[in-house]
Amino acid sequence: MHATVRPALSVNLPPIVTSAAARETSSALSMRMTVSKVNFFYGSKQVLFDMNMGVATNKVTSLIGPSGCGKSTLLRTLNRMHETVRGARLEGEILLDGQNILAQDVTSYRRRVGMVFQRPNPFPKSIFDNVAYGLRINGSKSPISEAVEKSLRHAALWDEVKDHLHKSAYELSGGQQQRLCIARALAVEPEVLLLDEPCSALDPISTAKIEELLVQLKDLCTIVTVTHNMQQAARISDFTAFLLTGQLIEFSPTPQLFTTPGDPRTEAYITGRFG
Amino acid sequence: MLTMTGVCALVAVSVLFLILGYLAVHGGASINWNFFTKLPVPVGETGGGLANAILGSAKMLLLASIFGVPIGFFGAIYLAEFSGATTAFVVRYAADLLNGVPSIVIGIFAYSLVVHPFKQYSTLAGGFALALMMIPITLRSTEEFLRGVPNPLREAAMALGASKWKTVATVIVPAAYRGILTAILLAFARVAGETAPLLFTALGNQFWSPGWTQPTASLPVMIYTYALAPYDDWHRQAWAAGLVLLGLILVINIVARAILSRGIAVPRS
Repeated sequence: MHATVRPALSVNLPPIVTSAAARETSSALSMRMTVSKVNFFYGSKQVLFDMNMGVATNKVTSLIGPSGCGKSTLLRTLNRMHETVRGARLEGEILLDGQNILAQDVTSYRRRVGMVFQRPNPFPKSIFDNVAYGLRINGSKSPISEAVEKSLRHAALWDEVKDHLHKSAYELSGGQQQRLCIARALAVEPEVLLLDEPCSALDPISTAKIEELLVQLKDLCTIVTVTHNMQQAARISDFTAFLLTGQLIEFSPTPQLFTTPGDPRTEAYITGRFG
Repeated sequence: MLTMTGVCALVAVSVLFLILGYLAVHGGASINWNFFTKLPVPVGETGGGLANAILGSAKMLLLASIFGVPIGFFGAIYLAEFSGATTAFVVRYAADLLNGVPSIVIGIFAYSLVVHPFKQYSTLAGGFALALMMIPITLRSTEEFLRGVPNPLREAAMALGASKWKTVATVIVPAAYRGILTAILLAFARVAGETAPLLFTALGNQFWSPGWTQPTASLPVMIYTYALAPYDDWHRQAWAAGLVLLGLILVINIVARAILSRGIAVPRS
């Protein structure tokens, strides 16, 4: 199956398919983030090619595509985590609320764009201290215990942990740990929440809880999630971007991308012919 | 074959218990309150103790820790969190070499650097020599424990807006502190028993050594001197000193184990 796809990539790519419907919706939507003409390199190896897309405010945007397509890299550039990798280089422009994110102080910028990772990674601290971490390092003046409770409620974890907030975070199950990580990110009240395959290490029940949670959370902040699970993207997201070998192939409202894909490669991928 | 491996394991363990038993039998009889509180007495007189050597060892170990631990600790932070691969390799290699330098050579080095120019054996010189030995042990083991902290924890902290330094101070070191503390205690225990670096630097004597610039007695050197002397009384004192030293090291090891089993550990995955 790969053979049918690969040759198409070596020739010049057609312009990104953006349907009339997508244009219509996007003009009515406000864009929280805009990615324009982004090229990204690890050393001399280019992994993202001329990316252009928008992230709609208070919507869930999914990035899908096969392994190595650059979806995680694109997500990491959105809160500048790529800068922690030696030799990483970004060209182009990424805007948050109309301002170039690369021109801002990186630590205060990252407070506005939170991130949840593939595997739950709570700190070796208590449940409470995990959620309070972001507030404490930023010298927050608001009462910490109230903010912790609020975040845990938002992450649908409060009822399960309220009686043992001072136990180790590692005593929670994997799914609870991931929701704890979401609560930890929410505590600093980010405008955008990025999630890098947040359910890939979880069982189906925990996954369902997180999916449900993300849909609820979009009232609170804008969400961008990377997933290798197409059904998940279809279930939870309003917009879906399909990436292939560092190129943005198609970016449409989710129902449209999955029912009437505008690019044959998108169709090949979502019907399971490769990937 | 099974019997043979079992016997080998038994031999390995029994060496420790033989030493412990020997020390307990020979040293135990000579340990009394005087041993800890009195100065040594001339040959022929009974009683007396090694209080000056105990205090001397304590002072030099204090000096060694004050200088050796911070240098090793902060050096390890640089290596594990900030330096490039080449620098880390070079420093790590050098630290391993320094670790492998025979302690007598460290003694001669400290002698020519500190003792010879000032024409004075001193507590400072002894502490300096021990500090030189503590640096590479602390550095390497601290670095190992820092590197053992999973990378996702660093990412989590940075993604919340922590600077690199804040990440190190609030996440990495706290996650590794039990291992680091254990490593420091074991480094301390290791140099506590060192004799050779002190022979040329602190020398040793039979008196109190107020201040930091006089020849200073220490337990390992006292054991060496007393064990070689032809007097039964001194031999008993040497056994007792050996027992005290071993007891100290045993206590440190147990404390280190206790520290390791407390608090919230990062699970291995």
